Amino acid sequence: MAPTGSRRPGHSRRAQYGTFLNYLLAVAGAAAGGALLIAASSDATVFSGIRGTATDLAAPAGEAGAGARTESQGLLRALGAFFTKGSRVAKLEREVAEARVRLVEAQALHEENRELRALLKLAQSEPKPVASARLIGSTASSTRRFALLGVGSSQGVAPGMPVISPLGLIGRVLEVGRSSARVLLITDSQSIIPVRRASDGIVALAVGNPDGTVHLKLQSLGLNPLKAGDAFVTSGSGGLFRPGIPFAVVAKPTRDGAIARPLSNPASTDFVIVEPQWDEAGGDPTLPAPAGAQ
Amino acid sequence: MALPLPKPIREIGRKRINRAPSPLLAIAVPWLVVMGGSLSPVWPVIASAPVLPPIGFLLLVAWEQLRPGIFPVWAGLPLGLFDDLYSGQPFGSAILLWSVAVILLDFVETRFPWRGFALNWLFAAAVIAAYLFLAQALAQPGLLAEPLAILPQLGLSILLYPLIARLVALFDRFRLIPVREV
Repeated sequence: MAPTGSRRPGHSRRAQYGTFLNYLLAVAGAAAGGALLIAASSDATVFSGIRGTATDLAAPAGEAGAGARTESQGLLRALGAFFTKGSRVAKLEREVAEARVRLVEAQALHEENRELRALLKLAQSEPKPVASARLIGSTASSTRRFALLGVGSSQGVAPGMPVISPLGLIGRVLEVGRSSARVLLITDSQSIIPVRRASDGIVALAVGNPDGTVHLKLQSLGLNPLKAGDAFVTSGSGGLFRPGIPFAVVAKPTRDGAIARPLSNPASTDFVIVEPQWDEAGGDPTLPAPAGAQ
Repeated sequence: MALPLPKPIREIGRKRINRAPSPLLAIAVPWLVVMGGSLSPVWPVIASAPVLPPIGFLLLVAWEQLRPGIFPVWAGLPLGLFDDLYSGQPFGSAILLWSVAVILLDFVETRFPWRGFALNWLFAAAVIAAYLFLAQALAQPGLLAEPLAILPQLGLSILLYPLIARLVALFDRFRLIPVREV
């Protein structure tokens, strides 16, 4: 049937009012969206409860897919590695030989460190993990970077806890449901993490970029000392993350810092660990108490 | 070109005498398909950059273009609400943008009724581009300096649109299979 180009359904008053009401509802819907947006921007936690329930409901489906995801990533990498095998095996063997020597040195240092700490009567400070779980999804089509985690408040997970993979920091818990949680990834533009250079402790703030890198902003002005390949770890200031979690490697120095590539890749991570907040674990006993603590 | 369906499914609609489409399927399938697209954050894809097209929105646009009027004009409110629960955008952004998009698509349908697929694709590309840019602006107010970050996603979304339209056509055939005896 040829379209008429008219919204008028006919002579029936009832049908005409029905059409009008539909448009009225549509515009009211758009207005409601705008109002909710303003409410959400003034207080981002307003809708965390309803979101938590929604992710709880969808989490089982995500759990089922999470294993398949890590396996397919591994398969792709194995296929790619096949073609460059020879040269890389030689290189890796050389690196392993070097790393073995370093490992022995590191063990010696670890032992020495333990003795020195015992001498100073400092407690060993590896916090006990709260839970370990799979990342079950991420907001891959939004410019905000969140991931969904398969554990929630019933396993003791609370907002603010750091989420760590074997390769480095993933992010921190932002909202929790009963059996799922929403993780703010380190590449989100709202994520600001205090870090320091692993070699000499130059401090910087790491802010996420929308393209999956992080921007390191140096705290002190002057000549930019960063070079490509510098490794950064968390500095522990601010109280959320314990010091020394591997974070990112500098890819390209800029005028006020550097663009760095995160060490952890949430896509190829099988299990991640949720740790308690550093503050709750007792804080860093080598520092004076924070202002206003007494 | 017709997409081949598995044989048992093809057999379902074979008997056409005394058969009519099930009203439940005919009405529910478009809503469920769009909601399934909105669930893409729990699909097994984890990205550290925004690369995945907004599948739910693409499906909504494709349904509106294939079957104008299949969704009421206010469909942006419930569908956007569902999308907001999972998308990671600030709550309300999809309600607002999807409502506006459905009203706009309805306007285009009444104003320019005769369109080919190329024109549909062009128009869908414009709608998707506007949606992605506005969604970024709503998600990160004050960060408009980096509109380049969504260009890969935009290109992928526009290239994926014909495939999504084909998928929607498949679901449309499924929706209207005569399964109910009358």
